[in-house]
Amino acid sequence: MKDKIQDIQETIVKSPVWKSVFRHGYADTPRNRILMIASNVFLHLHPSKLRRHGLTLRYTWCAGGLTFFFFLVTVVTGVLLMFYYRPVAEYAYNDMKYLQFDIPFGMVTRNMHRWAAHAMVIMVMLHMFRVFMTGSYKPPREFNWVVGVLLLTLTLLLSFTGYLLPWDQLSIWAVTVGTNMARSTPLMGSEGPLAEQVSKLTGLVTPRYDARSLLTAGTVVAAPTLLRFYVLHCIFIPIVAALLMIVHFWRVRKDGGISGPM
Amino acid sequence: MAEIKDASEIPEVIDPKTDKVHTWPHLVRAEFICGLLIFMGLFVWSLLLDAPLEEPADPTKTPNPSKAPWYFLGLQEILVYFDPWMAGVVLPSLIIVGLMVIPYIDINPKGNGYYTWKERKFAVASFCFGFLILWVSLIIVGVFLRGPGWNFFAPWAEWDPHKVVALTNVDLNILVANLTGLDILRNSVAAAIFGTILVGAYYSLIPIYWMVKVKTSKTLQELGIVRYGITAFLFLTMMSLPIKMLLRWTLNIKYIVKFPWINLNI
Ligand code: HEM
Repeated sequence: MKDKIQDIQETIVKSPVWKSVFRHGYADTPRNRILMIASNVFLHLHPSKLRRHGLTLRYTWCAGGLTFFFFLVTVVTGVLLMFYYRPVAEYAYNDMKYLQFDIPFGMVTRNMHRWAAHAMVIMVMLHMFRVFMTGSYKPPREFNWVVGVLLLTLTLLLSFTGYLLPWDQLSIWAVTVGTNMARSTPLMGSEGPLAEQVSKLTGLVTPRYDARSLLTAGTVVAAPTLLRFYVLHCIFIPIVAALLMIVHFWRVRKDGGISGPM
Repeated sequence: MAEIKDASEIPEVIDPKTDKVHTWPHLVRAEFICGLLIFMGLFVWSLLLDAPLEEPADPTKTPNPSKAPWYFLGLQEILVYFDPWMAGVVLPSLIIVGLMVIPYIDINPKGNGYYTWKERKFAVASFCFGFLILWVSLIIVGVFLRGPGWNFFAPWAEWDPHKVVALTNVDLNILVANLTGLDILRNSVAAAIFGTILVGAYYSLIPIYWMVKVKTSKTLQELGIVRYGITAFLFLTMMSLPIKMLLRWTLNIKYIVKFPWINLNI
């Protein structure tokens, strides 16, 4: 019986189909350990070997990895939510209620999306703090720190644009408070320093067309804002952030792996 | 097919020079376990705690207070001390740009890849001050201690929307005029000049400190004038927030300088 199973196993593993998928054995040999990383497109973002020091929780707090982990959770749950949510002022709030009461696992999906998003914001700040405290932005990692700051900004914008989507009192007023700031942009906001002079000279910079209305698609937070934020939240920012994350991980590898004492 | 061995059976390959181990299994295993545990934690948390959903959006009903999302409440808190063009536009932009230039202005080679306080005191102290005191603790104030009218409430106190706080803030030029009898400072042009001189004096600390110290300080010589200038500008701008806070708390100062013609006040 045991032999039979081993026979079958061997036939499968040696078949051309199996071999076309898995290029190397699973046996735990140093060679296979390297191939495990090198022949897999996702794992390949890791180096095939790393300093033991980079593994310690005390050093990295796992903060960068967890930021990425929470990003992945929001991507998966976010796609699920998109099947049920319509970014239209008449429907958006009702769709939240449907998610809560009608759709199987709707509420827990929404909860996971929400809490993972908050956790991502917390982790990205902790990650930045750790990278600073270990001086890991010093040569040769200067540029990866800059990529990181862009990622930090994008993470906050991702969270902020998502905040509007439930279309409840909390969301529209938080976004109103947030976007009101842009009204005061020097030169480009209708109530900012020098705005009056600019608008007298050029006729531009009115409450309808200024730095704020670029965000809100109008003079107040309303239906067009919802659509604008939805597109930014579900398409534009995630794609840019994902691209930058790939660059970020690649650079960690190319800059010699996790930093450590020389 | 070779039989699968327990990982402990094969001689561990640790390069004694670089202290390196294989990513598979060491790192991938750690990532997998960490991901699994955190996922379970998040799932249980999400079963127990529902995401908030309030009344449907109503543009005619403004809640008091209206708070931005929690991670922006530090900035909203700065609104108490600075006008929106500073608190909402200039300071956030400077935070982002300032963070990005850190690797290029901090040329101290020490402390790369390990925790240390002794070898980079100024860098660690200013970053911790900016991040922990100005960013994190202002967020905590904004989340837990601010109520209707953006008034201060203890976490256990009931929010009274009718709480009246006397508005006794004065502009600096008026305060000085009251104290010294220099009534010309009540004139807005004179006040603007007066305020500009004060702000200019504050930032002129940058060249003054450079000129006094550069001969004797090796750190400054290595830093060079451009990097020094950027560092000092960012540092003084960061410190303008606690200074303005202290001026508000002690002397009720509203503005240091005003240019009413272009709607620019600091
Ligand atoms: C979406 C946001 C981000 C993700 C997913 C991310 C992910 C990661 C990961 C997985 C690592 C490997 C080491 C570790 O886990 O600590 C890393 C390293 C690094 N990150 Fe990030 N990061 C993000 C944002 C940032 C930010 C905001 C900064 C700084 C402002 C930053 C700067 C760096 C640097 C300099 C390294 C190399 C650290 C070293 O070699 O010790 N990253 N990042």
